[in-house]
Amino acid sequence: MNIEAIKSIYFFEMARTRRTLLQSVVSPVISTSLYFIVFGAAIGGRIQEIDGVSYGAFITPGLMMLTLLTQCIGNGSFGIYFPKFTGTIYEVLSSPVSMLEIVLGYVGAAATKGLMIGTIILLTASLFVDLSIAHPFVMVFFFVLTAISFSLFGFIIGIWAKDFEQLNLIPMLVIPPLVFLGGSFYSIKMLPPFWQAVSHFNPVLYLISGFRWSFFEVSDVNPVISAVIILAFLTICMSVLTWIFRTGYRLRN
Amino acid sequence: MAPIVSVSNLSKTYASGFKALKGVSLDIEEGEILALLGPNGAGKTTLISIICGIVNPSGGTVKVGGHDVVRDFRETRSMIGLVPQELTTDAFETVWNTVTFSRGLHGKKPNPGHIEKVLKDLSLWDKKDNMLRELSGGMKRRVLIAKALSHEPRVLFLDEPTAGVDVNLRKSMWEVVERLRASGVTIILTTHYIEEAEEIADRIGVINGGEILLVEDKAALMSKLGRKQLRVDLAHPMDGVPEALSSYNLTLEGDGHCLIYDYDTSAERTGITTLLAALAEAGIRLKDISTRQSSLEDIFVEIVGAGR
Repeated sequence: MNIEAIKSIYFFEMARTRRTLLQSVVSPVISTSLYFIVFGAAIGGRIQEIDGVSYGAFITPGLMMLTLLTQCIGNGSFGIYFPKFTGTIYEVLSSPVSMLEIVLGYVGAAATKGLMIGTIILLTASLFVDLSIAHPFVMVFFFVLTAISFSLFGFIIGIWAKDFEQLNLIPMLVIPPLVFLGGSFYSIKMLPPFWQAVSHFNPVLYLISGFRWSFFEVSDVNPVISAVIILAFLTICMSVLTWIFRTGYRLRN
Repeated sequence: MAPIVSVSNLSKTYASGFKALKGVSLDIEEGEILALLGPNGAGKTTLISIICGIVNPSGGTVKVGGHDVVRDFRETRSMIGLVPQELTTDAFETVWNTVTFSRGLHGKKPNPGHIEKVLKDLSLWDKKDNMLRELSGGMKRRVLIAKALSHEPRVLFLDEPTAGVDVNLRKSMWEVVERLRASGVTIILTTHYIEEAEEIADRIGVINGGEILLVEDKAALMSKLGRKQLRVDLAHPMDGVPEALSSYNLTLEGDGHCLIYDYDTSAERTGITTLLAALAEAGIRLKDISTRQSSLEDIFVEIVGAGR
C-alpha cells in the first residue's frame, strides 16, 4: 500500500477546501439558516407537528442529507474531473499508485468535506430548533455511509464527464428533485396514495427516512430497508469503479 | 548488461481505430541519452505514455529495470520520471507544494533537502512560494522537470522539453540534463529541434507512422548516412561544367561561380585529390574551398521521406 501517495492526494484535496473556505463552509451555513427562517420560523409556525416532531426539527435530517449529497457528489466529481480537464492527471496515472489508493485519496477527501459540512449544518440547526438524537450510532452509520457512497458516485461522474455540462448534469438536475421529493420537508404519508407509491421508487427517500429515524424514531419506511438500500448503492458504486479501473475507461484509453 | 527499458512488439490501437503504434521494439541502455525523432503524430508520445503507465498497451510488452510495466507497475513507475509535452500545472498551487506532492505520489517519504536541491538546480528556489499561475511558460516547464525529479528517478522521459523555451533557458536545461546523465540517470527525449538531438544524444531513434525506422549510435548514423559536400569557389564564372571534368558528377551553382562535389566519407577514395588536380590541369583558378557535412536534419528528412 502506497500510504504516502494516499496522504498526498488526500491533503492536496483538503488544501483545495481550505483555499475555498468561505464558499465551502460559510455558504452552507447561510443557506441552512435561510431554510430555518423560512420553513422553520415563518411557515413552520403554522404547520402542526409531524409524527409528534416539531416541523423545524423534522426537516433537519432532510437538510443535512440535501447538503451532504450535493457536496459529496460535487467534491467527488470535481476532484478527479479537474485534473482530467487541466491534464495534470498524467502525474497520478504515471505514479506507482493503485486505483484503490487513488480512490481512497480523492473519495476520502470528498467524504471528509461532506461530513464536515453536514456537521456544521447540524450545529447551525441546533441553534434554531431543539434537537436530540435517539440513536447516535445509527445516525453516524447513515451519515458516514451516505458520504462515502455519494462521494464514490461523484467520482464516477467525474471520470465519465467529458465536459463541465456533463459534470453538472446529475448534481444540478437529478439530485435536487430526488431530495426534495424524497421527503426532506414532509412525510410522504401526507401525499395522496398514488404519489406515495411513486415516492417508493426514489432511492433518496430511504436515505432521508432512515436518517430521520435515527433522530426521532419516526420514519416513512423501515430503517432496516434504508440500511440495505444504502449498502446496495455503495456496492453498485464500488462495482462500477472496479469495472472502470479494470478497463481503463476514459482514463487510460 | 540488460537494457533498463525494453520494449518488444508494442502496439496501440485507440478506440477511434487509429493505430498509433504498430509492433515497436526498442532497447534503451542504462545511462544513455536516447533522442526520439519523428514528425507530429508519429507515435512518440503514445510510446512514452505506455512506458510510463498512462495509456494501456493493445499488445506487446514493456519492461523497465526487468519489471513488466503493467504487472509490476509499482516498481517500474517508481523508477520513472516524466516531463510531459503540455504545460499542465495546478494554477493555484505553490511551486514547493506541487513538487512535494509529486514526491509523495511516488511513495517517497518527505525530503525537503532533496526538493530544495532540485529547485536550486533548476533556478526555481526564489519562486518556491509563488503560485504556478504567476510563472512564465519557461518556468512552468522547469517546475514540471522539478516534479519529475522529485522522487529521484533512474529513467527520465522528456517529451519536447524545449518547445517554446528561450535560448538561454534551453541552454541551462541541457546543462541540467548533462548533470543528470553524469549522475547515471537514463534520459529519453523527444524533440523537434534536431540540432539539439545531434548535440546531446548518444543514440538516435527515428519513429514515423507508429513504426521505429531506425535506432542507431549517433556518430555511426552520421557517418553512415552523412554525405559530405566539397564547394569550390571559382575566380571566374563558367557557363557549364567543362568536358574534362564530366566524369566527376559536378553541379554548377551561384551563376557559375561555384562547383559542388558530393562525396562519401566512408568510401575508400573520395576523389578529392584527383578532382583538384584535374581542376588545375584544366586551368581553372580557385578562389576558395570549403566542405559541409549533412546535418542530422538532412538525414532525418531523408529517412522519413523514404519511409513514405
